[in-house]
Amino acid sequence: MIPDLYGFGPALVAGTWMTIQLALSALALGLVLGLLGALAKTSPLATLRWLGGTYSTIVRGVPELLWVLLIYFGTIGLVRGIGEVFGIENLALSPFVAGTIALGLCFGAYATEVFRGALLAIPKGHREAGLALGLGKRRIFMRLILPQMWRLALPGLGNLFMILMKDTALVSVIGLEEIMRNSQIAVTASKEPFTFFVVAAFIYLGLTVIAMTGMYFLEKRAGRGFARSTA
Amino acid sequence: MSWDLFIKWLPDFLEGAWVTLQLVGASVIAGLILALPLGIARSSRVLAVRALPYAYIFFFRGTPLLVQLFLVYYGMAQFEAVRDSWLWPFLREPYWCAIITMTMHTAAYIAEIIRGAIQNVPAGEVEAARALGMSRRQALWHIILPRAARIGLPAYSNEVILMLKASALASTVTLLELTGMARTIIARTYLPVEIFFAAGMFYLVMAYVLVRGFKLLERWLRVDACQGR
Repeated sequence: MIPDLYGFGPALVAGTWMTIQLALSALALGLVLGLLGALAKTSPLATLRWLGGTYSTIVRGVPELLWVLLIYFGTIGLVRGIGEVFGIENLALSPFVAGTIALGLCFGAYATEVFRGALLAIPKGHREAGLALGLGKRRIFMRLILPQMWRLALPGLGNLFMILMKDTALVSVIGLEEIMRNSQIAVTASKEPFTFFVVAAFIYLGLTVIAMTGMYFLEKRAGRGFARSTA
Repeated sequence: MSWDLFIKWLPDFLEGAWVTLQLVGASVIAGLILALPLGIARSSRVLAVRALPYAYIFFFRGTPLLVQLFLVYYGMAQFEAVRDSWLWPFLREPYWCAIITMTMHTAAYIAEIIRGAIQNVPAGEVEAARALGMSRRQALWHIILPRAARIGLPAYSNEVILMLKASALASTVTLLELTGMARTIIARTYLPVEIFFAAGMFYLVMAYVLVRGFKLLERWLRVDACQGR
């Protein structure tokens, strides 16, 4: 089934699997950060609002590649220090963990704005209705607001996920053996850069198409019961 | 971060930032020129005219910029025909490879912005132009494009900021722009946190200046006055 490609076919398949794992774990971290960021930005507390605003502004203003490098090379001393406290020698972030943190951080900063938009788009009356029914604050958020936010935020999050999936290629710079890194290794051995980078490009295209199809069905499911407005 | 360290390396940072600005400036301007026919063809009613720009946009938006950059910088050298052609003096240089790749990449995104803007020009205004006796071409030049430019400008300014950040990838093909320069300085000082932090500050300042500049441009073109139909 797997094309041979000078014996590098299996390595590219393994790289694809690594890319998928990285994208999904960064997505999980990013969704949590984005939701926290949006809550902070819409909070009644000025300190939290400032914190959320600073997070999304600074992270969005600096290149993703710089975050990947900063988190991988910049935290060496810090992580080793933490390791010494717990008696672990030479503790270090693996490229996978560093990549997840960096890409999750960037995804979260953009997701903050998406979630905030969704949060503000939910009619005030829904929260008031919840209060009138005697629901607690936490309950209103979990049962009323969050499920509705999902539908509104989904198209925006889908776009961000496409961007995230392409940004996983950046983690090859710190040596994670995903699609790009394995292609580069194959190029060094085969001396055929064009062949392998075209194959890599088509793997990414395939992943994008799969993600787009997935988003279509998620959006269809989330939007059930809502007439789609024709613009 | 100690200031004397920062001041010592300031000339290198500024040199890197200047290369970054050249990359971004060249690619967003050349990208806009390339995107105009692409975007217009993309919003055509004829399927055959629409198909080619669609395939171009699909490829460049569906693959990472890093892959595209490696395809141009490393990939082109695989073919002897390319190495013998007049293009080789350009494709040998990381600087030109970065500009070529970023231009083709951003053109795909700008073409989509142009398509969206053209399709959002109110149909009544186009009909009014035609009713006044303008030809299709005249309506395109005098009504649709000026109107679409104002509709698309905010999205275009976003794209410019995204390209500013994307230009950091040029450091992977040995180009010494801001990120590449930061990595070189770190190789000599072993101070990754401080130097990357300083580089990040440079990007933030550049992004801020660009955002301000586009706000001024929007005011000058009276973009908000066009929003109310």
